[in-house]
Amino acid sequence: MKKKVLSALLTTAMLASMLVGCGSSNEAPAASTDAAPAASTEAKTEAPASTEAAEPAAAEEGKVFNIYCWNEEFKSRLTDHYPGYEEVDGTTGKIGDITVKWNITPSDDNAYQNNLDETLLKQADAAADDKIDLFLIEADYALKYVDTDYTMPVKDLGITDADLANQYQYTKDVVTDSNGNLKGVSWQGCPGVLIYNREAAKAVLGTDDPAEVQKSVSDWDTFTATAEKMKAGGYNMVSSVNDTYRVYSNNVSGKWVQDGKIVIDDNLMKWVDDSKKMVDAKETGTFDLWSDDWSKGFYPDGKVFCYFGPAWLINFSMAADTDGSIANQGGWGATEGPQGFFWGGTWICGATGTDNASLVKDIILKMTADEDIMKEIVVADDDFVNNKPAMEAMAADTSYQSKVLGGQNPLAMFCAGAEKIDLSNLSAYDQGCNEEFQHAMKNYFDGKASLDDALDLFYKGVEEKYPELTH
Amino acid sequence: MAKVKRGKVVRYNKWGYIFLIPFVAVYVLFQLIPLFRTFYYSFFENYRSGLTQIGPNFIGFGNYAKMLSNPDLWMYTKNTLIMWVLGFVPQIIISLLLGAWFSDPSLRLKGQRFFKTVIYLPNLIMASAFAMLFFTLFSDGGPINEMLMQIGVLKEPYQFLTNVWSTRGLVALMNFLMWFGNTTILLMAGMMGIDTSLFEAAEVDGATSTQVFFKITLPLLKPILIYVMITSLIGGLQMFDVPQILTNGKGDPMRSSMTLIMYLNNHLYSKNYGMSGALSVMLFIITGILSLIVFKFSNGKQDK
Repeated sequence: MKKKVLSALLTTAMLASMLVGCGSSNEAPAASTDAAPAASTEAKTEAPASTEAAEPAAAEEGKVFNIYCWNEEFKSRLTDHYPGYEEVDGTTGKIGDITVKWNITPSDDNAYQNNLDETLLKQADAAADDKIDLFLIEADYALKYVDTDYTMPVKDLGITDADLANQYQYTKDVVTDSNGNLKGVSWQGCPGVLIYNREAAKAVLGTDDPAEVQKSVSDWDTFTATAEKMKAGGYNMVSSVNDTYRVYSNNVSGKWVQDGKIVIDDNLMKWVDDSKKMVDAKETGTFDLWSDDWSKGFYPDGKVFCYFGPAWLINFSMAADTDGSIANQGGWGATEGPQGFFWGGTWICGATGTDNASLVKDIILKMTADEDIMKEIVVADDDFVNNKPAMEAMAADTSYQSKVLGGQNPLAMFCAGAEKIDLSNLSAYDQGCNEEFQHAMKNYFDGKASLDDALDLFYKGVEEKYPELTH
Repeated sequence: MAKVKRGKVVRYNKWGYIFLIPFVAVYVLFQLIPLFRTFYYSFFENYRSGLTQIGPNFIGFGNYAKMLSNPDLWMYTKNTLIMWVLGFVPQIIISLLLGAWFSDPSLRLKGQRFFKTVIYLPNLIMASAFAMLFFTLFSDGGPINEMLMQIGVLKEPYQFLTNVWSTRGLVALMNFLMWFGNTTILLMAGMMGIDTSLFEAAEVDGATSTQVFFKITLPLLKPILIYVMITSLIGGLQMFDVPQILTNGKGDPMRSSMTLIMYLNNHLYSKNYGMSGALSVMLFIITGILSLIVFKFSNGKQDK
């Protein structure tokens, strides 16, 4: 009897732990089905408008069009603005008689790239309907894909330089491979600005006029001086040191990796010095971007003076839909800030081996180079699109106002910023290097390590990610 | 006659083997082959740089040399063991206590079933969800800090996750919470297996409950204790999900809460199967040695 009780208990313990195991593996699909209905209802509202049939696809083209991306953004752009796109359900759509399959993997923990890598490496052997036709990439790791044969030069798709003449140069630089071939196209420009809390500006600087505020943040020295005033006024200058990181890192004088060696640029060391001073003076925190602590400043109680970000941060990420947030009350202002920078942006690449080349071409042209659609996107989605004439026209238009920014029209600032961005110092290792650098320096800022130890930690982290590098 | 009997025995054996087939097949396919392949892979330089595959090139013990020459490996081993011990010691004490109480009929505890279920519940939550919960609770502006500030214990938020011992402590606390119910049930099962006449005899002889516990329960519980110890040790060495999620994969501060498996996971960013294979093999050996030590140590005592 006793033995039976014992064995029964042991079995239940074992079964229970097995169930726990099953639970965790089931979690992923559950999460993705969660997200789907919300997206489809949101997209459905616009769908009926598209009665124009798509251009009849050439007979030899595939019937399945696979798109790889990491969120719903491109999908909703395509649903809303591509003529002839019909939403079928959360993960499929139709263009004419071609089925569009969305393969959406979130980019957390590198999951998107891991998935994309595995699929791309099998691209040559995959059945025509399983081949990736089109995928999206970000600037941080663009070169990883662009500098390989897995992406198609856009001119092989039949897209000419003249088609893309209105696009900002930096968006082309990001996706130009080492042989000078353009391998991707973006519909967005992501020049960033300094987004400040108007209330804080009034309280501490005595004005919330963008031109006047700019005088207090025009370079890094005045920026740090203003940080002291903000501290005295009860505000943190920025939410986290990582807010300023991109502004420094976009203005470096050399690449992260030169001849297989990791090189830390002077401007990044300046970020370390400036940030350490601010953290020690308790003028900012060391939170990770997107953490709860970081986004507290989106609300008045968070007491944060400014964030750095492009149009999409202002429009989508600062809790504009939540009652009581600063964005909801139109309490932000925008000004150029100490240095120009960009953040994010999505590039469309055609995958080598696609069986729908003409559709890839058409999507790229419609979504990135058609001026009418570009204007539609600005109006409907508040995006900053990659089209100079369209943006300049909008910038001059006094009727265009950003609600989040309290009625300010920030587009002129973005236009000027987009022209100034210089991306000649991108490397294929940027993503890993930037992440590891910010993470290692957090230890230094928090006082958990000396600068040398933190730098060692940085090298260690990068060399684990890229075993071929040394320092 | 004798021949017929032997034939029968063989026939029974056959069924035994047949019933074993599903287990053996699954074990060989999903455990044994991967195990040997890990050994095999660990002798190759084999990783991916971007989309370019480097190798596999045979480099003998190159990965092992690189791994062992890295002083950090011992730091990660130390971190893992520290966090395991921090969680295991309170776990075994509490479990023994609870087990003794639950299995003691003279106490007539009420609501036993309820409490047995409740203490097991934390184990049913996914470790990652549990870690996410703690991450939010103990973040700089999280509810714990806010509470402590409101009741006046702290003046400004305590950065739980940027201090070495608070981070390790949280990992240990979570592991403790998740596993003490499981251990209690195992120990209780062991205690219930002890012949009650022994306890009665001790009572008749006038032994105190402390004496009963240390002189009767503990020695007779030893096989179960060893089992608990070894499984927990193996689980502890493979600690991953809790610290990984709690520290966002970084093992902050300064990798003082990075465990061996988290380190292994770092190598998977570049699909570095050579280095991670070597690390796995070393972990296999370390686990084997430690388990042997525990086993010998506990058995040796019994021989006396």
